[in-house]
Amino acid sequence: MKYEVITKEDLPPFVNGLLSEIEVVGVKRKDGKFYFDRIESYDELCLDYDVTLIPPKKYLLPPNETLLKFSLGEAIQVEPFIDAAPRIILGVHPYDIKAIELMDAVFSDSNPDANYMERRRNTVIVGVDCRNPSPNAFCPSMGTATTETGFDLMLTDIGEQYVVAIGSEKGEELLKKHARTRQATEADLAQRKAVREEALAKYKLSIKAAVEEIPELLERNYDHPLWEELAAKCLSCGSCTMVCPTCVCFDVQDDVELNLTGGWRFRQWDSCMLQGFAKVATGENFREDRTSRLRHRYFRKGNYMLKRYGKLGCVGCGRCIGACLAEIASPVEAYNRLKEGS
Amino acid sequence: MREKESIYLPKLAELVRTEGLTERERLFELKLRNGDELGHQPGQFVELSIFGVGEAPLSISSSPTKKGSFEVGVRAVGNVTNALHRLEKGATVGIRGPFGNGFPLDRLKGQDVLIVAGGIGLVPLRSLVNYIEDNRQDFGRVLLLFGCRTLQEQLFVGELDHWRASKDFEYYESVDRCEDPSWKGQVGVITTLFPQFTIAPEKTYAVIVGPPVMYRFVIAECKNKGIPDDQILLSLERRMKCGVGKCGHCQINNVYVCQEGPVFTYSELKNLEEAI
Repeated sequence: MKYEVITKEDLPPFVNGLLSEIEVVGVKRKDGKFYFDRIESYDELCLDYDVTLIPPKKYLLPPNETLLKFSLGEAIQVEPFIDAAPRIILGVHPYDIKAIELMDAVFSDSNPDANYMERRRNTVIVGVDCRNPSPNAFCPSMGTATTETGFDLMLTDIGEQYVVAIGSEKGEELLKKHARTRQATEADLAQRKAVREEALAKYKLSIKAAVEEIPELLERNYDHPLWEELAAKCLSCGSCTMVCPTCVCFDVQDDVELNLTGGWRFRQWDSCMLQGFAKVATGENFREDRTSRLRHRYFRKGNYMLKRYGKLGCVGCGRCIGACLAEIASPVEAYNRLKEGS
Repeated sequence: MREKESIYLPKLAELVRTEGLTERERLFELKLRNGDELGHQPGQFVELSIFGVGEAPLSISSSPTKKGSFEVGVRAVGNVTNALHRLEKGATVGIRGPFGNGFPLDRLKGQDVLIVAGGIGLVPLRSLVNYIEDNRQDFGRVLLLFGCRTLQEQLFVGELDHWRASKDFEYYESVDRCEDPSWKGQVGVITTLFPQFTIAPEKTYAVIVGPPVMYRFVIAECKNKGIPDDQILLSLERRMKCGVGKCGHCQINNVYVCQEGPVFTYSELKNLEEAI
């Protein structure tokens, strides 16, 4: 991989250069929380943050997305609808990049999803290493604190300058066109390594099992009383799945124009924690009880996705821990409990 | 990889015929507007759209040997199926698919087949029964068991008459309850039919479709008869939105019913929690 260095003075012109060419989404701060949003200038951008409320997933799998448009009446016509405007997502943390790699696997698998794939191709990912992790994060346990893949450019703050890892030709082009950089030296890279290691020491949570152990740990404990215990407190609100960067399930519905001449079909985020998720029209519900739904979420993240897509469904961002009102969504606590009991 | 087209884009189809089956179920014959064959296998399903209402997964009820059109048998039970029941001949609907694996014809050929249909389980199984009838020489003995709750719930009554009389099938039927004195047939649940016949279990495949509650009892009867677990085939119903392995609704543990199913062997299901 090639590495460049950009000084902090040269970063604003780089970002503003990008803004002159393409839509840029970055992390903003509001009331002490962070969120991804479209930025108009470098000044709005925050590159030192712990975690955003909602992952950048929303730009690749929007919460509500039109799939088809149709006309009604005598001659029904229907056409696909894909909104894939080019965009840069700036300041994505490594765990969220890992989650995007998993989404890529899901949506390119066997029946490629044109809506996702088209948007993904038009999305440039500029990552930034996380120096001050969220108190709920456990990325080192999941092997997602840093990444060497999945980005076009990756920034690491080494003090007065950023090391820029170049992950794609597209990233390199943008850097060349809009930034003044110099080639990174051995010393820069040594500093980058030190900064990354320093960040590792700041994580507060860790899983007592090795990441490779997790799928089997779950499999052995399908009938563990833990699931029922947690489910007894679960509100079935779906918050854990709404903030999860690897939750990709969706519902599909139609809507019509008020004048009834046409309409559209859309998908929107759905949650396997909600009661009706597996219910069929005749009333049969295949995960009616809360325990089976809660267990399904844990297994999907820690076992099923790995088997199906080759990547674990948890990246350790800890958003679910923060979002859960009943304080039962922590993978760290669940895995540790199973590990201790085994 | 660049996708050829949206996997969510339905083809337009014309409703060419509808026929009442029971009070709650109707049969809909559909023809793709572009003249293409659907190109399905018995046991597969389609996603049917009524634009402005939504999309629903429906079993295909006709055999691929019937060319030019295909049929779905549908109970009016949800938004889309109720809207479908209100449509008249000539109406346009959307079709995606066929989806799913269907019944494993390659494995069934040359073997004896025990078909067990409970209620509207006959809708998908009719695609197999009609296929077998059109390729009768490819199969050994074919036993057809049909059970439903009442006489009023019997579907495809014309075809039932035909199967009763046909030499192609050994036909057995029952109704759970019956107050009609003219009914001379079996009264009782479908499992009460099993003592009435013998089979050669090593070369018999059971193909079972019915309500979930029926499965465990019928599986037990099939095992009693000595049919090996991997020769007992079942088709599972699940909530589905996309039909193409994306939306997540049809998952049983790590299995996507729309991709690996809906037809499974009992060997595949018996250790799969939540399957039945």
